[in-house]
Amino acid sequence: MVLSANDKTNVKGVFSKISSHAEEYGAETLERMFTTYPQTKTYFPHFDLHHGSAQVKAHGKKVAAALIEAANHIDDIAGALSKLSDLHAQKLRVDPVNFKLLGQCFLVVMAIHHPSALTPEVHASLDKFLCAVGNVLTSKYR
Amino acid sequence: MVHWSAEEKQLIASVWSKVNVEECGAEALARLLIVYPWTQRFFDNFGNLSSPTAIIGNPKVRAHGKKVLTSFGEAVKNLENLKATYAKLSELHCEKLHVDPENFRLLGNILIIVLATHFNKDFTPACQATWQKLVGVVAHALAYKYH
Repeated sequence: MVLSANDKTNVKGVFSKISSHAEEYGAETLERMFTTYPQTKTYFPHFDLHHGSAQVKAHGKKVAAALIEAANHIDDIAGALSKLSDLHAQKLRVDPVNFKLLGQCFLVVMAIHHPSALTPEVHASLDKFLCAVGNVLTSKYR
Repeated sequence: MVHWSAEEKQLIASVWSKVNVEECGAEALARLLIVYPWTQRFFDNFGNLSSPTAIIGNPKVRAHGKKVLTSFGEAVKNLENLKATYAKLSELHCEKLHVDPENFRLLGNILIIVLATHFNKDFTPACQATWQKLVGVVAHALAYKYH
């Protein structure tokens, strides 16, 4: 699966649109993931996961920053996220299936806040991008 | 058997009552074919699926999308009895249509996104969770008779 020139344009377009809300959307993505897929909470036993949790906000900000970084270096996502990839492989070891769940929730957040921006073509590009990010983060698992 | 809380039933009913089945169905199927183009493999006889514009405007896509979402309405009416409700459709999808059940999950996720674009903030996390559960059990019921 390769990101076409159109995909890259679409993804960059989305992220430039949401840059001022990135942290908020990151937190909302996580909250939705924890609510919709409770098994994802098992990776955060040390967190307060109640609505409005400061830890979830902070973590949402990190997740959003990583996605922005990937979008800004969309020609070399593996390079941009190399350290995060190491972290996930060696320390976090989040099961690969969970990146799809996070991706779904991120798309829902986009759909809610920017429905007109999430045309079918942009939806497709974003979905591909999120898959690519997930692949990079799990690429060193074995 | 799946258990539905009173809150979940309420969230399902209230969303469904506001869904335009024809529009949402058409949109969901079009997005499935656009976002996951390999799903087009089941629709060789649908004519022009060569671009997102072609897919969105394709009358067969619209009609079939409406059919699919109308059938989904049966789930909403029969929450306590989904396996029985979808038994025949499950056999059909296995024996005649040869559809990998993974496609039901893909369509379910797409439907969630379509609902989110229409309901905006009203599509709360609890609402999303309930509807993801619903599309999941519908997918499971549709795969149940596979052999």
